Amino acid sequence: MEDNLTLKKLKEKFPDYVLDAGEFRDQVYVYVDKRGVLEVLNFLRDDAQLNYDFLTDLTAVDNLGKEPRFEMVYNLYSIKYRHRFRVKVSLAEDESIPSSVEVWKTADWHEREVFDMFGINFEGHPDLRRIMMPDDYPGHPLRKDFPLQGPEDVDYEEMMKKHLKSD
Amino acid sequence: MAESSTGLKTEVMTLNFGPQHPATHGTLRIVLELDGETVVKAMPHIGFLHRGFEKLAEHHTYHQFIVHTDRLDYLGPLVNNVGYVLAVEKLLGIEVTPRCRFMRVILCELSRIADHLLWLGTASLDLGAFTALLYTFREREQLYDIFENVTGARLTTSFTRIGGMAGDLPEGFEKQVADFTSTFPDKIQEYERLLTRNKIWAHRTRGVGAISAEEAVSYGLSGPNLRASGVEYDLRKALPYLGYQEFDFEVPVGENGDAYDRYLCRIEEMRQSNEIVKQAMSRLPDGPVNLDMPKVMLPEKDSVYNTMEGLIHHFKLIVEGITPPCGEVYQGIEAPNGELGFYIVSRGEGKPYRMRIRSPSFCNYSAFHRMIEGGMLSDLVSVLGSLNIIAGELDR
Repeated sequence: MEDNLTLKKLKEKFPDYVLDAGEFRDQVYVYVDKRGVLEVLNFLRDDAQLNYDFLTDLTAVDNLGKEPRFEMVYNLYSIKYRHRFRVKVSLAEDESIPSSVEVWKTADWHEREVFDMFGINFEGHPDLRRIMMPDDYPGHPLRKDFPLQGPEDVDYEEMMKKHLKSD
Repeated sequence: MAESSTGLKTEVMTLNFGPQHPATHGTLRIVLELDGETVVKAMPHIGFLHRGFEKLAEHHTYHQFIVHTDRLDYLGPLVNNVGYVLAVEKLLGIEVTPRCRFMRVILCELSRIADHLLWLGTASLDLGAFTALLYTFREREQLYDIFENVTGARLTTSFTRIGGMAGDLPEGFEKQVADFTSTFPDKIQEYERLLTRNKIWAHRTRGVGAISAEEAVSYGLSGPNLRASGVEYDLRKALPYLGYQEFDFEVPVGENGDAYDRYLCRIEEMRQSNEIVKQAMSRLPDGPVNLDMPKVMLPEKDSVYNTMEGLIHHFKLIVEGITPPCGEVYQGIEAPNGELGFYIVSRGEGKPYRMRIRSPSFCNYSAFHRMIEGGMLSDLVSVLGSLNIIAGELDR
């Protein structure tokens, strides 16, 4: 882990923002302070030796019962150098995070999905709407306190009728 | 509101395309704003096939989830099976036997061909070229017969296991595959004769839905859709898994990033996959398919029915499941449509704490509006066809 170039550079450049780092099965990840997330991501994309131009995946994890509750996960890849890296950001339940649409356009739909599934808000997202579930769906399905079969007190027939009328 | 040259007022019209439309191959809905026949704005609405796989995964053991992966990209279920178990194997830190590795390569590449064949048939059908469909389904049928012989199913294959496969290759497999691979290059020639220099096909696809390399990367495009824009990114070469570095093959790359180049890339990919299958078949090693690892592998049925230890072993694995150590991995493979990735967070329990599926169609489709805005309405079908959006994978 110590010889990971990306990690070394990040620690050098952003000593205040890099909070923690770890490695599992040769995959290195770093925890970044929310305040510096956009700076760090921009740096990772633009640095000539790192060049993480491909946002493979953006998602979140709900650590219900722990503080802070949510974790944003950015899986990065560099097409030129063929290496991967993972950036994580911890978020409290009612906290929002700056949108990374300006960094990678693919973040648009990924962030909409995280908003839909976890209820995490992205500041500065151009079009933050639900993407999978209906607009008036109650709750956020991938939260750990969301029941597998959905909330019991929802009248789906009523919801359907409303949708048919509004169209 | 725009004003035409004759002084007559024209108005932007909203048109609803789908969810039921013959050219959407599944349930896609696009709300279009049209100025005459020009698409001003396209807004895709997805989620019609959302089945909540990521939520389901948190309530299933690692083995139980294999069946769900069939339903991601249902044109090449074996690739999804392999991609998923590779991620779990990475989490466990194990590596499969050489024979298993070769079996997976062969089945993945045959699936890639099957996927591209269906794509070719339907994409050309959408543009009115009916004949190609009849040709491609002829070979696809041959492939599905092979899959049926190996897995017992044509679509819901569920053939991989963590640490191995559900079974060894059946009798007659070698001959079936040899029959296919020896004749397939000629068949590709037949498709090309129908389409590549066909004037109508070229007019409908050249320069249609083009996207630059830089933008394609930013939108997270992968697979043939990205390579058509001139970016050489193929996980089989970039970060080889399953020993792909041992095979001799090329990655076709386009130039213009339009529908025509996507077509050319896929055609060439089928040729290369055919070559990989040939090489793998000629070097297929003998030996065991599954790992001898009781903590991961289910015992033989014979021992479950006839010995106490076998029964307990089976019971423990079925009820508790395998328990990988705490940690998280991301593993991506080159699926027919691009990078299919699984990000698994384990807390040392029998079920994944979080499973994220990075599906290629989701990212490919997010750039769709960029490809069609400013184009013609009739080009929409051409662009949609060229991207090969699979709703099962798009919505998960």
